[in-house]
Amino acid sequence: MSRHAILCRFGEIFLKKGNRPAFVKRLVDNMRDAVAPLGARVERGHGRILVWLPDAAASGLESSDPEPALAALSRVFGLTSLSPVRVVERDLGAITQAALAETRAAIAAWPGKNPPSFKVEARRADKRFLPASPELARQVGGAVFQATGLRVDVHEPDLVVGIEVGYEHAFVYARVIAAPGGLPVGATGKADLLLSGGIDSPVAGWMAMKRGCHLAATYFHSFPYTGDRTKEKVRGLASLLSRWQGGIELRVVPFTAAQKALRDAGEPRLAVVLYRRMMMRVATRLAKERGALALVTGEALAQVASQTLENLTAIEAAAGLLVLRPLIAHDKVETVALARRIGTYDRSIEPYEDACSMFVPEHPEIRARLADVEAVEQRVDIAALAEECVRGTERILCKPTE
Amino acid sequence: MNTGELSIYLDNAATTRVDDAVVEAMVTVMREDFGNPSSAHRLGIAAARRLEEARAELARALGAEARDVYFTSGGTEANTIAVRGVAERSRGRHLVVSAIEHPSVLDLARRLGEQGFEVTEVAPDANGVIDVEALERAVRPETAVVTLMMVSNELGTVQPVFEAARRVKQVAPRAHFHVDAVQALGKLPLRVGAGPIDSLAVSAHKIHGPKGAGALWLRRGAAVTPLAVGGGQEQGVRPGTQGMPGIVGLGRAATLAVAALPGAREHLTALRERLLAGVGRVMPTVRPTVDPANAAPHIVSLGFPGVAAEPLLHALEAHGVYVSAGSACAARDKRPSHVLRAVGVPDDVGVLRFSFSRHTTAAEIDQALAALTQALRDL
Repeated sequence: MSRHAILCRFGEIFLKKGNRPAFVKRLVDNMRDAVAPLGARVERGHGRILVWLPDAAASGLESSDPEPALAALSRVFGLTSLSPVRVVERDLGAITQAALAETRAAIAAWPGKNPPSFKVEARRADKRFLPASPELARQVGGAVFQATGLRVDVHEPDLVVGIEVGYEHAFVYARVIAAPGGLPVGATGKADLLLSGGIDSPVAGWMAMKRGCHLAATYFHSFPYTGDRTKEKVRGLASLLSRWQGGIELRVVPFTAAQKALRDAGEPRLAVVLYRRMMMRVATRLAKERGALALVTGEALAQVASQTLENLTAIEAAAGLLVLRPLIAHDKVETVALARRIGTYDRSIEPYEDACSMFVPEHPEIRARLADVEAVEQRVDIAALAEECVRGTERILCKPTE
Repeated sequence: MNTGELSIYLDNAATTRVDDAVVEAMVTVMREDFGNPSSAHRLGIAAARRLEEARAELARALGAEARDVYFTSGGTEANTIAVRGVAERSRGRHLVVSAIEHPSVLDLARRLGEQGFEVTEVAPDANGVIDVEALERAVRPETAVVTLMMVSNELGTVQPVFEAARRVKQVAPRAHFHVDAVQALGKLPLRVGAGPIDSLAVSAHKIHGPKGAGALWLRRGAAVTPLAVGGGQEQGVRPGTQGMPGIVGLGRAATLAVAALPGAREHLTALRERLLAGVGRVMPTVRPTVDPANAAPHIVSLGFPGVAAEPLLHALEAHGVYVSAGSACAARDKRPSHVLRAVGVPDDVGVLRFSFSRHTTAAEIDQALAALTQALRDL
C-alpha cells in the first residue's frame, strides 16, 4: 500500500554554509504555516522536504487530494518545485507498481490527443540501495513500457516518471509543479510596503517578499476625499498578498489633515513631492516600531511626474530607512503581467480612486529641488503633522481569506 | 469615520430599513409555515395559503387582481421578464425606451439591440420628463415594447405613464407598454387596472421590505417567454420554488406602504420643502437638478456647483448622514451618469441625491442641514 505526500525541492542559491540551517528552518516553518490548516504534516529530509497529506481514510476519501496542499505550497517562497509522490517501501516491486500507477494517472489526465512519450529517471540519496540509478530506471522503464506501450524518449520525453530512493522510503512521481523560487519570507528581515489601491505597489510588495522580506503594509487614507471603499480595496489587496506570508498587518494612516496642510503650503507644483515625503516620514516611524530595515514602494522610473530621478531624490531624502523599489526598471506592461500572475490585478483595477485628483495640481513639478522643498516645509509644522498621522493609525491584520 | 452616534439615513431610494412588522411576518414563514407551497401535505398547504395571502396583499396595493401578480427576485428580474419576455415572442422588432430608464431596462434594450431589435431611446426634457408626444413619434405600428419608468430613481421625476400608454396604443395597439414602478410604489397612488398599461414592476426593498423580492404585474392575456423553465411555479412565468420570506415581506411591506400613503405624501412633501429651503440658506448656489413640481416627493436631487460629489458624500458620512452621489465625482476623469447628462447637468456640478422614507422626520432634515453646513466647511 502506498501513502501520498508532496516532495518539495528548494533552491541551492542561498545555501551558503553558515546561513543554510537558519534558512531551511525558516522555510520549513513557513511551509508548516501554509499547510497546517489542511491537516498536512511537514518533515525535513535530505535536500528535500516532505509534506505528508492528511490520512485519506479518515476523511472518507479513496485517496488524498494533493491539490489544496499544492496550491498552498506554490505560494511558499524558497521552494523551487513540487511533486505529488507515492511513498513506498524501498523495494523494486513496490517501486515498479507505484511507477505504473503514476503513469496511468498521468495518461488519464494527459491533455494532448496522442499518448505521451516517457522516460524514467532515478536518483538515490542512499547509495547503498541497489540496483544503481541507471539500472533502476532501465528496469522500471521496461516494466512501464510493457504494461502501457508508451513510446520511450530519453531525450525529449513528454512525461518524466521520477524515482527517488531515500533512507527510509522510496518516492515515485510523474508531475513536477513549479514553485515560486526566491527566499523564505522572513529570511532576509522585515520591510514595510507603502500600499495604495493601484496596480504597482502590491507587485512591489510581492517582489520584496520573494526576496525573503517579511512585510507590513502602510496605506494613506484621505477621507472624505477618498471613501472607505478604497480602504476596503486596499484591505483586499493586503489579504491577497498575505497568501505568501500567512498574514499582513495593514496600517491605515489618516492622511487628510497633513495632505491639506501641504496642499495649502503655497507651492502647488510641489504638492505631490510634499505628500510623498510625508508618507516616507510616517512609514519610517511605523516601520521602525517593528524593527523593519527598509521601505518598499511601487515606484518605477519616470512612470509619473513624482517618479523622475529628481523627485525620487527629493522624496527619498525624507525617508529614514533604505528604500527598495523593486519595479524601478519595469515597464508598465511588465508590472501588469506580474500583477495578473499573482492575482492582484483584478482587485487593483476596481474603480476606486486612491487619492482624489483634486489634490493633484494641474502642472506638477518634475524636477523638484530639495532646497525648495525643504523651504516650503518650513511653513508648516511637519513634525506635528507626522505625529498626528502616526497617532491616528488604525491597524488591521489581513489574513488570506479572499 | 462617523465619530458620533448620529445616523441619519437619507438614501431610501437605494434601499430601506426593513419594518419590524415585515420582519415578524417573514420570520413566521421561516420558523413555522416553512413548507414548500407546492407540497401536497398540510405544511405545504399552509405555506401556499401564506403565498396567496401575500399575492392578495400586493394585488390590493396595486389595484390589481391577485392572479395577475407574479413574484420575482426583485425589480430587475421583473423588468427583464416583461421586456425580454414580451420582445422575444413578438413579431415586431422595434423597442422604445426612455433614456432615463434604470440600467436593468436600458442595458437590456441595448442588449436586445445587439440581437437584432431596433431600439429607439427617447430623451427627456431639461426637467427630466419624457414628452408624451416625443414618445408617440418614436412609436411605430410594429413596435413590440415601450417602457417608461414611473419615478426616476436618480431625479425623482414622475412620468405620465398612463397618458403615455394611451397615446402609444393609438399608434400601435399591439405594442406592450411596460412600467418600472420600483420607485413609485408607496409614494404615488397606483392603480394598474385604471390605465392601458400592460405590465408593471415593483420591488420590496424600496418600501421597507427585504432585498431579493419583487413582483411583475402582467395584464391578463399578455404572454411572456419566461427566462427559466422548471417546476411551473408562478404559472410558469417565474418557475422555481417561491422565495417565501421575501414574498411575505413584500406583501406586508406593500400593504403598510399603501395604507400610509395619504399621510406620507404630505409628510414627504413637507420634508422636501424643508430641505430645499434649508439648503438655500446653507449654500445659495445649490439648485435642484429638476423642477420639484415634476418630481415625486421622496427624492431630491441637488446640484452643488464647483463641489465634487463623492468627497461631499463622505464628508456628510463623517457626520452620520448617508446620501447618494448622483454623479461619481466632479474630478476630471469622471462624468455624470447617463441620466444627469440627459438633463444637461454640467460636469463641474456635483450632484447629491437625498431620498426620504415615511419614517424620516423633520428633525432629521434639520440635523442633516447642520451636517451639510459642516461638511461643506470640511472640504
